Formats: sequence, C-alpha cells, structure tokens
Amino acid sequence: MAARINNQEINNQQFQMASLVSHPDEVKVVSRRFGQGATDIDRYLALDGYKAVQKALSMKPDDIITQVKESGLRGRGGAGFNAGLKWSFVPKQSAKPKYILCNGDESEPGTCKDRLIFEHDPHSVIEGVMIAGIAVGSHTGYIYIRGEYRYLSVIMQKAIRDAYAKGFLGKNIFGSGYDFDVYWHGGAGAYEVGEESALMESLEGKRGIPRIRPPFPAVVGLWGGPTVINNAETLASVPHIILGGADWYAKLGTPKNGGTRLFCLSGHLVKPGVYELPMGYNLKKMIYEVGGGIPNGRALKAVVPGGSSTPVLTVDEIDIPMDFDSVGKAGSMLGSGGVVVLDDTTCIVKFALRTMKFYRHESCGWCIPCREGTDWLEKTLTRFHNGGGLKKDIDNIQYLAENMLGRTFCPLGDAAAMPTIAFVKKFRKEFEDHLEGRPCPFEKAGAELAAV
Amino acid sequence: MKFSDEFESRFAEMLTHYPTKRSALVPTLLYAQDEIGHLSDEVIAELARRVDLTELEVRNVISYYSMLTTKPRGKYNVQVCTNIACMLRGGEELLDHCKKKLDVGHKGTTGDGMFTLEEVECIGACSWAPAVQVNYDFHENLTTDKLDKVLDEYKKKGTQ
Ligand SMILES: Cc1cc2nc3c(=O)[nH]c(=O)nc-3n(C[C@H](O)[C@H](O)[C@H](O)COP(=O)(O)O)c2cc1C
Ligand code: FES
Repeated sequence: MAARINNQEINNQQFQMASLVSHPDEVKVVSRRFGQGATDIDRYLALDGYKAVQKALSMKPDDIITQVKESGLRGRGGAGFNAGLKWSFVPKQSAKPKYILCNGDESEPGTCKDRLIFEHDPHSVIEGVMIAGIAVGSHTGYIYIRGEYRYLSVIMQKAIRDAYAKGFLGKNIFGSGYDFDVYWHGGAGAYEVGEESALMESLEGKRGIPRIRPPFPAVVGLWGGPTVINNAETLASVPHIILGGADWYAKLGTPKNGGTRLFCLSGHLVKPGVYELPMGYNLKKMIYEVGGGIPNGRALKAVVPGGSSTPVLTVDEIDIPMDFDSVGKAGSMLGSGGVVVLDDTTCIVKFALRTMKFYRHESCGWCIPCREGTDWLEKTLTRFHNGGGLKKDIDNIQYLAENMLGRTFCPLGDAAAMPTIAFVKKFRKEFEDHLEGRPCPFEKAGAELAAV
Repeated sequence: MKFSDEFESRFAEMLTHYPTKRSALVPTLLYAQDEIGHLSDEVIAELARRVDLTELEVRNVISYYSMLTTKPRGKYNVQVCTNIACMLRGGEELLDHCKKKLDVGHKGTTGDGMFTLEEVECIGACSWAPAVQVNYDFHENLTTDKLDKVLDEYKKKGTQ
C-alpha cells in the first residue's frame, strides 16, 4: 500500500487553518487582511488590493526605491538589510533579464509567520513582487514556497491564476505597457535552501549549495541575471508602504527600523501565537503581556529572540526594544522574528544539543568547517548531556564554535556557532552540572515534577 | 510511465516558466513522488529524459532534499517535529508515543503499510507546538490523546 497523494483532493480540501491570536498592542499592517477572506481576489480588491502596484506604475522607479529605503523596511528573513538599499544595487542596464525572487522557504526553527501571510493574504506577496520588479526594471518574479507548505502552494497557485485572469499579470499590466509575470516554485525539504544563493541553485533545479559572493545576487543571480531576493514578509510589506507612505511606515517603528513585524511567540508561554507588533516593542512586555507570561507557575530562564540561530538572552537581558539595532547591541539578533521562550525546567545543554542536531542535519556539506564542526559539536553535546562530559570539553565546544565563524560560503556555519557560543558563555554552570557522569539535573527535576 | 493529466499539464506549463528545463525539476520530483508513492528507477529515468539530465544528475538532486525518497513509504507519513519550539512543549514525548504505538522507529513503516514514522525538523508550526504533519496535513497543539485520535482517523480512512 504505497503512499499516493491525490493532489486533486488537496486542491478541493478545506484546510485546517493555523489559529489566529490577537492583542490590543498589535498594529496590523501585514496582518491587516488576516481572517478577512483575502485569498479571494475580489475580496482583496475590496480591501485596497492592487492599488499600490497601480500607484507604483505611475511613479518613477527611482522614487519607489527611495520610498522603500526611507520607510526603514529591513529584511524580515533574518539579516535585516534595508530593502530599498538592496534594490538600489541592481544595475539599471543589464544584458541578461532581471528577476525578483520571493523567499518563502521559511524553515528557521521558531519561525512560522510567512505561512500566515501565504494562507491569508497571498495577493499581497504577488503585489510586493510586482512593485519590486517595477522598481528595478525586472519583468519576472518567482515565489518559492517550501515543499512542506503544500496547501499554501495550492493557495498561491490559485492566486496567481486569478491575477492573470483579471489581466493584472502578463502583458501590459493595468494598461501601463509594462509586462510582468509571476510564477510559483516549490521546494522539497531543506533549510539551507532558504539561504539566498542556495535558493537560486534550488530554483535552477540543483542541490541547494551556496554560491561564493561577490558577485552578489543583485548583480549576478538567477541564470546569471541580476536578482533581488527578499523574504515573503518583506515583500508583503511593500504595498502598504507605497500606499501609506514612507514616513507613516517609518514612524510606526524606531529610527532605521521602520514599521511593524510579525513576531512568532513560542515555547513556554501562556498565549503563544503570531502577533504583529511595532518594531522596538519591549521584549519583556512581549513575553509577559502579549504572550501572557510563563505557564504552570514557573519562572523565565532564557529567550531565543530571533529564531534558533540567534544567541540566547538571559532573564537580565530582556528589558530591550525589539528592533535590529537594539537586539544587536544586546549581543544577539532580531533574526527572523521567532521568539522562543524557555522556563526554568529547561536544560540548556539539551536545548543546545537539539539546536546543534538541527544544524548538523541541515548542513549541506559543502564547507568543511560547517560540515565537520556541526558533527563534532553534536557528538560532544550528546556525550555531555549523557553525563560523559569532561571539564575541558566546555572550552572545546566554545573553541570549535568560534573557529567556525566566518569560515564558510554561507552563514549556516555561523548560525550553528553563534547560539552555541552564547549557551556556553551564559550558562556555563549548567554545563558544569553535567560533568563526570552526573545525570542531567533537569531530567530528574522533570521526573519529580511529574510524580507530584 | 503514466502520470495524471493534472501532473502533465502542470509540468508542461512549468517548462514555460524558466529559461532552462532542469529548473522545473525539484517541484516536479515532489509531484511525481506524490502520485507514484516514491521515486522509483522508472520515474527517475523518465524525468531525467524529460529535463535532459542523466539519471545520476537527478539522483544527485533527490538525495539532497529531505522530502524526496527512492524507497516506498506507508500510506500516511507521520512527521513528528522535535525541534526547539516543539521540544519545549512535548514533541519528543509525541515521537516516543508514536514509536510505541506504531512499533516502528525513525523512518520505519508499519507491517500493514499504513504508517511511516519520521522525526522531522521545524515544519513552521512553532507557535502551535507541538505539531505533526501527516502527509501534507498539519496537526497542531497536540497531546498524546489528541494524536491517538488523529492516527485512528487516518487508519480508518486508510482501510476504507
Ligand atoms: C542557512 C540560512 C537559511 C535561511 N533561511 C531563510 C528562509 O527560510 N527565509 C528567508 O526569507 N530567509 C532565509 N535566510 C536569509 C536569506 O539568505 C536572505 O537573507 C533573505 O531571504 C533576504 O531577504 P530579506 O532581505 O527580505 O530578509 C536564510 C539564511 C541562511 C544563512
Ligand atoms: S519547532 Fe516544531 S514546528 Fe517549529
């Protein structure tokens, strides 16, 4: 009885949608149309859909780029690069076609926000791709969605078909004389493919292995043509900026960190969920008020503020504004918006081990420091958690991780090393508590707790 | 080698979306696998021919992507996430529970061919953890009891 998947059935099925939450402090921009039936193109139009792209068609391309630059919109995929600035690197003249590539590979542990955008507002992504295209003089966009998100691919494929049927895509869009095509593309399971250069390899039908930079994708990207790669949330924010104005958007956030973002609250919280909050919202408040605090009368131990690759923050480090620069100043990163909360029953060694197991599994094997480093670190942490650790291992873990930094084609090696270094530095005592045959102190605590 | 009409029309259309044929490969492999159950030698040979690659080149791509498989799986692929957000909320317990209930390990298939069990990395359901994906369906905010019900439903559907 082999697995046979009936795609017709998937097409017709009513999806069990991820549940939505809300909080009075939310400022809804990207999530404005969530729960409003905007997958339907007519509904999207009634909710101001496809107005921004028409406005963009009447603007000078450079003015679009300036608007996006001044809005302070920074990449929501993790690195936080100013989106307008990235677009400005695309050469005006190019012998090869230029491309827009929307990154919907969403696989950084702790991150589940692009999923909601595709589920509730797929046309906003299409519109963002179109505006980016008009700004840089491209006529083709691809929307890459991870393979696991099949139901979202169904939604997106339909949205694209509907946009073509209305004449919003294809030749002479909105009677402007400008041609623009948007295509769906799907992955088949790989975190590394979310990295921009591996993403292009995957789209070209290859193993997702990173490319050396420079040249950067803005100059040499898909099939050698200049390519803008942006996260789905970044692109979905663009139409709102064009309609609402750079000034309005910038003022929602903090200096150089415009707008709002979707924060994915997960872990030990009373009310986990995806909330749209202004850039710069206080992390402590996010945990205790928006997320409802720590359940079961437990206390907070640590927070991973921006997806599994970002260095952990301790209880004393969370009274900070959540924007790229402030979290950077606190020694971590705002990353992809995945806020993972750990209570005091969590074993940091085990958490570090699970994080490393992920990176070992996902390392594509291209660069030796990453391939071997993640493997050694997973082995060492496994031994450590099982009580077979030696005191010198603690320094060795840190030394190994530090020597992976910056020595790989893509930042997956850094993504594995950075959190590891922070776990060892900030929770050294917990590593010491596991030494020389001692059982994990938290497994015992957990067992006692369960027995009570 | 016979694929469905839907597969054929999607494939034909996709080829027009890219400047190179092989660009259509990754999503096409997944759709082919959905229909046939796994990427058999026959499927690989056929798709390699269609996108002008050698079978070896296609196998090279297949081995990279975690969702693609050259071995048959059960009717329902139960993918339990144990990554950080799910781990904090009981993902590992769900995996252990499945191992016992189905009497198989990671990537094992039950004797009746109904279920394959797989421990997977983050599936994008962190805020609704712990989560399990069965084929393409998400099941979220699970407990062992809720998961039992979910698996029983699939079993019922699968034996009909
Ligand atoms: C290992 C790795 C995985 C990544 N995964 C994703 C991803 O799933 N989605 C995403 O948008 N960006 C991901 N990125 C970041 C991309 O490389 C790229 O910076 C981003 O898509 C650019 O868009 P932005 O500027 O709008 O954020 C990843 C980076 C690395 C190093
Ligand atoms: S960690 Fe399990 S879905 Fe993200």
